[in-house]
Amino acid sequence: MPESDSRGEAYEAEHVHAVYEQIAAHFSSTRYKPWPIVSSFLSTLPAGSIGLDVGCGNGKYLALNPSIYTLASDRSTNLAKIAASHQPHSAIVADNLALPHPLKTFDFAISIAVVHHLSTVERRREAVGEILAMLREGGRALVYVWALEQKGSRRGWDKGGEQDVMVPWVMKGPKQEKPAKRRGKGERTFQRYYHLYRKGELEEDVVAAGGTVVESGYEKDNWWAIATPREAEVSTA
Amino acid sequence: MKLLTLNFLTCARKACKSTTLAFPLRPKDAELEIVEADLEPLFIRNILPRVEWEALRTLCQDLGLPQLPPAAPEPAALFAPNPSDPSIPSDKLVRPGKEGEGEGEGEGEGEEGAPTQTLKDLHHVLLETTIREGKLVCGNCGHAYAVKEGIANFLLPSHLV
Repeated sequence: MPESDSRGEAYEAEHVHAVYEQIAAHFSSTRYKPWPIVSSFLSTLPAGSIGLDVGCGNGKYLALNPSIYTLASDRSTNLAKIAASHQPHSAIVADNLALPHPLKTFDFAISIAVVHHLSTVERRREAVGEILAMLREGGRALVYVWALEQKGSRRGWDKGGEQDVMVPWVMKGPKQEKPAKRRGKGERTFQRYYHLYRKGELEEDVVAAGGTVVESGYEKDNWWAIATPREAEVSTA
Repeated sequence: MKLLTLNFLTCARKACKSTTLAFPLRPKDAELEIVEADLEPLFIRNILPRVEWEALRTLCQDLGLPQLPPAAPEPAALFAPNPSDPSIPSDKLVRPGKEGEGEGEGEGEGEEGAPTQTLKDLHHVLLETTIREGKLVCGNCGHAYAVKEGIANFLLPSHLV
């Protein structure tokens, strides 16, 4: 694991962005089951709500509520192309740290399994802050990240363990590929960087990013928080 | 990308985002494509109040599309007054179920008449008219974002971040 100060933009370009660009189609074919917290957040939004899905991946959450309008974005062009097929929504290529949207505009935002790919605490907080900056007063963002505490999962991580980890993605080669020049019949393993959140850490990041936590919890190996932009403090001077 | 999308986009650069010059991004060398989409009258009605009409007008002008009226149509102009018009199958008029739940603003819910030509035109402009290839230019810094195969790319070169 590299030292913390060698992480950052270039590190994520290699250990997150390049990986998703290459595994996009395979990754997408395995991502279709929505998490219950995300479903319930989206399905309770009033018809006509306008929002963002930052780091939308294949856009699996876009299909959940066709009476809202979601502008989805992803850092991977290949994933954004897949996401763009969901009507009536839209998908673009954008960076979580430089979102191309007007400030204080949107009713809601979701950030599902995205912020944990940023490799320093400053960048994770900047990512949350950037999302909150796009919300109108009273708008709500659901942020969902991988938990360190998941001893029930096959990966076995738990409290006190290393929080900055590489997680393999194994991609089978195409079936018609000529027999094995590579070991494992054309299997390729990609390593993705993750920051595993410990209990309470997501809430700390939301507050540091200028937000208020409305609600938060744990759902199957993940921490989640619903955040709203902190209202500007009224000066009494 | 649909024209509706452009109503919610501005320059990705921090210095531009808060300026009025950056919005809307202006299309350049745009190649348009009409992509048919199912007409969802309630979706159009619900989304309309959120559309920056002036920005949409500017956009249509830039793209050489038919000129839009100076002000956005009133909600009453979107549906014909007579919902029992026998020439319109009733399932096209009203979508059953969920709309308006949780917020009491579903005015006249379930009583819309047939979608008017005004509504159909809006649907066509906002959802079916798309930019397939071209550039989107920031009016503040002049940076041009590329649109390729209908996908706009807002990643900034490192010297502009």
